[in-house]
Amino acid sequence: MSVQPEGQLIADKEISEVDGITVRLAGDSGDGMQLLGTQLTNTSALLGNDVATFPDFPAEIRAPRGTRAGVSGFQVQFANSEIFTPGDTLDALVVMNPAAMVTNIADLRRGGLLIVNEDGFDAKSLKLAALTEDPVTEEIEDRYRVFKVPMTKLTRDAVKELGLGMKEADRCKNFFAMGLVYWLFGRSLEPTLRFIENKFGKKLPDVAAANEKSLRAGWAFGETTETFGITYRVAPAKLKPGTYKNMMGNQALAWGLLAAGKRSGKDVFYSGYPITPASDILHELSRYKHFGVRTFQAEDEISACCAAIGAAFGGAMAVTASSGPGIALKAEAMGLGFILELPLIVINVQRGGPSTGLPTKTEQSDLLQAMFNRNGESPLPVIAAQSPGDCFDAAQEAWRIAVKFMTPVILLSDGYIANGSEPWKVPDANQMEPIVVTHPPDAAEGDAPFMPYARNENLARPWAIPGTAGLMHRVGGLEKADGSGAVSYDPDNHQLMTDKRAAKIEGIANDIPLQEVFGEESGDVLVISWGGTYGSCHTAIDRCQREGLSVSHAHIRYMNPMPRNLGDLMRSFRKVLVPELNSGQLRMLLRAKYLVDCIGFNKVKGKPFSVTELMDQIHSIAEKPNLNGKQVD
Amino acid sequence: MNLPVLKAADFASDQDIRWCPGCGDYSILAQMKKVLPELGIARENTVFVSGIGCSSRFPYYMNTYGMHSIHGRAPTFATGLKSTRPDLSVWVITGDGDALSIGGNHFIHVLRRNLDINIVLFNNRIYGLTKGQYSPTSEEGQVTKSTPMGSIDHPLNPLSVAIAAEATFVARSLDAHVKHLADTLKRAAAHKGTSLVEVYQNCNVFNDGAMAYAQEKSQRLENTIELEHGKPLIFGTDRDKGIRQVGTQLEVVNLKDVAEDDLLFHDEKAMDPSLHFLLSRMRHPVMPEPIGVFRDVEGVATYDEQINGQVAAAKAKHGNGDLNALFNSGDTWEVAS
Repeated sequence: MSVQPEGQLIADKEISEVDGITVRLAGDSGDGMQLLGTQLTNTSALLGNDVATFPDFPAEIRAPRGTRAGVSGFQVQFANSEIFTPGDTLDALVVMNPAAMVTNIADLRRGGLLIVNEDGFDAKSLKLAALTEDPVTEEIEDRYRVFKVPMTKLTRDAVKELGLGMKEADRCKNFFAMGLVYWLFGRSLEPTLRFIENKFGKKLPDVAAANEKSLRAGWAFGETTETFGITYRVAPAKLKPGTYKNMMGNQALAWGLLAAGKRSGKDVFYSGYPITPASDILHELSRYKHFGVRTFQAEDEISACCAAIGAAFGGAMAVTASSGPGIALKAEAMGLGFILELPLIVINVQRGGPSTGLPTKTEQSDLLQAMFNRNGESPLPVIAAQSPGDCFDAAQEAWRIAVKFMTPVILLSDGYIANGSEPWKVPDANQMEPIVVTHPPDAAEGDAPFMPYARNENLARPWAIPGTAGLMHRVGGLEKADGSGAVSYDPDNHQLMTDKRAAKIEGIANDIPLQEVFGEESGDVLVISWGGTYGSCHTAIDRCQREGLSVSHAHIRYMNPMPRNLGDLMRSFRKVLVPELNSGQLRMLLRAKYLVDCIGFNKVKGKPFSVTELMDQIHSIAEKPNLNGKQVD
Repeated sequence: MNLPVLKAADFASDQDIRWCPGCGDYSILAQMKKVLPELGIARENTVFVSGIGCSSRFPYYMNTYGMHSIHGRAPTFATGLKSTRPDLSVWVITGDGDALSIGGNHFIHVLRRNLDINIVLFNNRIYGLTKGQYSPTSEEGQVTKSTPMGSIDHPLNPLSVAIAAEATFVARSLDAHVKHLADTLKRAAAHKGTSLVEVYQNCNVFNDGAMAYAQEKSQRLENTIELEHGKPLIFGTDRDKGIRQVGTQLEVVNLKDVAEDDLLFHDEKAMDPSLHFLLSRMRHPVMPEPIGVFRDVEGVATYDEQINGQVAAAKAKHGNGDLNALFNSGDTWEVAS
């Protein structure tokens, strides 16, 4: 928070203009922290700030109350310029209980605001947090700007006249905290008042009234007490002109699928089995049946994948999604989809593994699973989304490739992208180009026999669908004779078909853009990243470039096949650094494919990279900048 | 509309059939080819979906659309296909290992969802394609390659499972009883909802004669009982025996001692599956085994009609989905140039 020197005074409070603020809200997993964070994000977005969020919550629905394991947090950065991450260190931390404080305080920058719900710090809460004394020590008060607010008591007072029970009243304290935070950062109450009215207004008017009163009380507390001497303002960001809305990754993915369906004139068939963090795609799509979407909640992951292939055989736009363990179950069916040569999208919203791993935490350790998790020679195209809003484009690109090349396509997202959010520039659907899909028509009397495994210039076979007269054919897992598709055990044919299928997938490289580079196309260090680490890597490299380091950034969207120029690009740098939230999966692929050594920077802690740790890593391998006659920012 | 009149031969594909000589599968294939032209459904609107196993090669031999898929999953492929293409006539061809072992889960769920498809379950009580291991329907104690001291698994009764899942159409027939088989397949095709036909099918290589008690003409009348809706349950070479219900049990009685009116009358239309379940428990050699239609209940909504009904209802309520309206819904803000 770079405070401008010319702070102005309005009434008795100082208003400080800042470029951006990173705030984290933390409390018990029943305290409504995710709701609070989402509202703060939406409100900030509506004020025109660029926003990026990072929700972080336990895997248990209600972990034991008040304990460290039960802490739920939501981090948001809002800024007056384009940002790509939810921020490294916190400018402000709001904690509802001692457990939330001790598990989050390390991320608060020195001198940052610590807002404490004083009522949450009683003897019982200290015990639950495994503390013997109040963690708000003198040392803490010296290090940070601490504000103790009796939020529970003030909330009870605010809703007293409504005659609610103690429990119901206390449930509103997140809205009190929200009101206070809104006041502190100059956020408007309007969007949240609208939200309360829409969510509770009709069905639960008492709850609506209590939440509204608590929200307003929090604001009024900031405005009227002497506690806070300062309030902060963040000007709107200078984004590209247009209409924006705040978008979460899974929502963008679902909308991208809807758009892909419309662009190709296809109804979407989506099948899934509930799994974190992919389930929200199913929830979102099931709301859009009027778009022709059919959603199937299958009995298991295998069924979900197979049903999608069945729908694809019938001519639908078929999609299935899961997370790593579920993708493992779909593997056999994906192999079938590959040999049937039918279009299909398989989405993997990655999370911490192996097995159940860290279900609510992020990781990018399913890249090799996407590449190789099938028996036999069965390469599949793999593409990776890089940010919440980018999921919209990535989903459409997956479908474009699937139909053009008649193949299943794997689309990788991750928990960080899926639950995070950012402003999304609303596109104009009328400007979207069609995705061309053709099905061969009825055969006429005297036509040559239909060849279901004949190939076009893309090596794709025809998508003939049941109901087409004269094109009856059988697909299946047994090897097919080239062209005719009859079952064939001929050794030469198997070699031929294996080669053709591989060539088809490899040929996709001619249909995708060359790898773009942020920075110079040759130099000292090339950082290669993929997926959800885009934001942290981009920000770190941008800062290193401003420091004068010779470092460039290649963020890969097409994981298989990779862009044609990638190998040459890698050879144009002295060093290649590959940061990944895994133990070196992309690095292994790059080394194997291009015989170029790469330095790994790897982390599997269930957390995204911070910009700082990436910058440190770049500094440690980069040549120090030559400052002769060169100005460094 | 004048549909060309098709013959059984028109449904034969150009593929060589590679079942063992004498396999019961030939008979089922022949009856299917005979029945399909009588249904009046175009070949291009007919799809056969199968899993893995000897029986699952079936789609390759039919001149229709077909998908030979993976172990046990044929019902799931059919679910995706029929949900998006309710206009198609979809048949699932499966075996006892495919449907009841690796695919047991999907078997239950497709039945309870009542997807409008037909399942033909070839039951030879053995794994044929993998050369002779015991299957989920093999008898306890059966000695096979993988059970040299005899199988210790209790066999699964597919019709009991299906009826417990409240399948709307459940029947049993025999490969050797071709007329009965053809009639049963026709009834299955006519049913709206999931129809299951278990076909006792002899594997003359690995389990020859396992169901000879029901297959052999000389034994069939004594060891099976043909179900007919509204008729009392009577069997025997001389039709001198019947089935009576006593409490929650069924028992065999002699018609010399018991009047016909006191026998159990078959009601395939009963919504309550309890009696159909009791019939499915009749096992040789204690009881004659029922063949024919156990259950054929009407009026239960099908999965495909409901999934498409919801789409139609949503369109009627909200109009056809409009991307621009969606993109601009909810809270948005403008950034000026």
